[in-house]
Amino acid sequence: MTALIALFWRDLRRAWGSGALWLPVLFFLLVATAFPFAVGPDAPLLRRAGGGMVWVAALLAALLPIDRLVRPDKDAGVLDQLAVRGFADEVIAAVKIAAHAIGFGLPLMIALFPASALLAQDAGRVELLATGIAIAIPALASLAVLSAALTANHKGGSAIGGLLVLPLAVPMLIFGAGMLDPSGRGAMKLLAATSLLLTVIGPFAAGSALRGLRE
Amino acid sequence: MSELLRLGNVACIRGDRLLFEDLSLTLNRGDALWLRGPNGTGKSSLIRLAAGLLRPASGTVERRERIALIDEASALDAELPLRRALDFWARIDTVDGHRVDRAMEEMALVPLAEVPVSMLSTGQRKRAAMVRVIASGAPTWLLDEPANGMDDAAQARLVAAVAAHRANGGAVLLASHFALGVPDLAELDMGALA
Repeated sequence: MTALIALFWRDLRRAWGSGALWLPVLFFLLVATAFPFAVGPDAPLLRRAGGGMVWVAALLAALLPIDRLVRPDKDAGVLDQLAVRGFADEVIAAVKIAAHAIGFGLPLMIALFPASALLAQDAGRVELLATGIAIAIPALASLAVLSAALTANHKGGSAIGGLLVLPLAVPMLIFGAGMLDPSGRGAMKLLAATSLLLTVIGPFAAGSALRGLRE
Repeated sequence: MSELLRLGNVACIRGDRLLFEDLSLTLNRGDALWLRGPNGTGKSSLIRLAAGLLRPASGTVERRERIALIDEASALDAELPLRRALDFWARIDTVDGHRVDRAMEEMALVPLAEVPVSMLSTGQRKRAAMVRVIASGAPTWLLDEPANGMDDAAQARLVAAVAAHRANGGAVLLASHFALGVPDLAELDMGALA
């Protein structure tokens, strides 16, 4: 257990210490800033379209850092050293997912508030957005680590990685943005179910991808 | 139980090349075996097979107790000071800091404790990897070219560490393309197997 905590903190330290963490959050805020310029300052239109935009930006921001989630560890031999010590690949993947969910999800939740303000979201919609994204973060982290593990052998893997997981993330996008629709009352439960499914599958799928890296 | 590692009739295929087949070896407590031979004869692959990082194409690999591995990658976080990078592995191995202290003294790395790993030379990094192996307390050492980039003094320290480990009942599987001067060493010429 001590070892797993050490592993978790290492991932978190590397995410926050290098400053690389601010890139996805900055990207997220940039999209929120640029969108009103493109659509125009019409508040009702912004309010209607902005919520969906927040979801798209959050999804893309989650996929931005996949270059540094697995490949540096593979190149440095850290994954081999862990395997030699008998850590299951699934456990390593689960720790990485947890660290990414905290390391990326926490700042994203904070950035969500200024982003919502820029997109003219009122208090009720901000609450729905925050709830929805909080539900989706474990699944987004799961998908990010999975695609990072799948593409760790390829240079410039993040572009392929994005393509790989985008289809899997689309249901979350639909249900997450659907929560904002007053008539979409079951959307939150469907979002939670989708997120749970992806979060549970993630460590196993990413774990077997990590195992594949050694062959 | 004195047997730490046993490979039975293993074969290894990398890409579509057969590196070796029908290779058997046993490593008991106190043993040291030198895998020698030119580049590309499968020394590193054999080490990775023994470590469980590669699956043999046929045959069996049995390991008893923990193992410690050195390969081409140092697995130390480049941005951290050396001591903190080593402490991470001490926590993973759940050994206390005094073991790291002693191992750092053994490899003469104490003066470099606060230097970031990225500033270390190749030989210093190999010494740091040796510190991790020594501090881990694992009875089986798998060392793949541990002396690459090491100067004579560091090599002598490596040889002394191997001797001390064997005296304590450990076993060493050593892959190196040149002789390190480890006394009382069994040899396996990988070049002759091909």
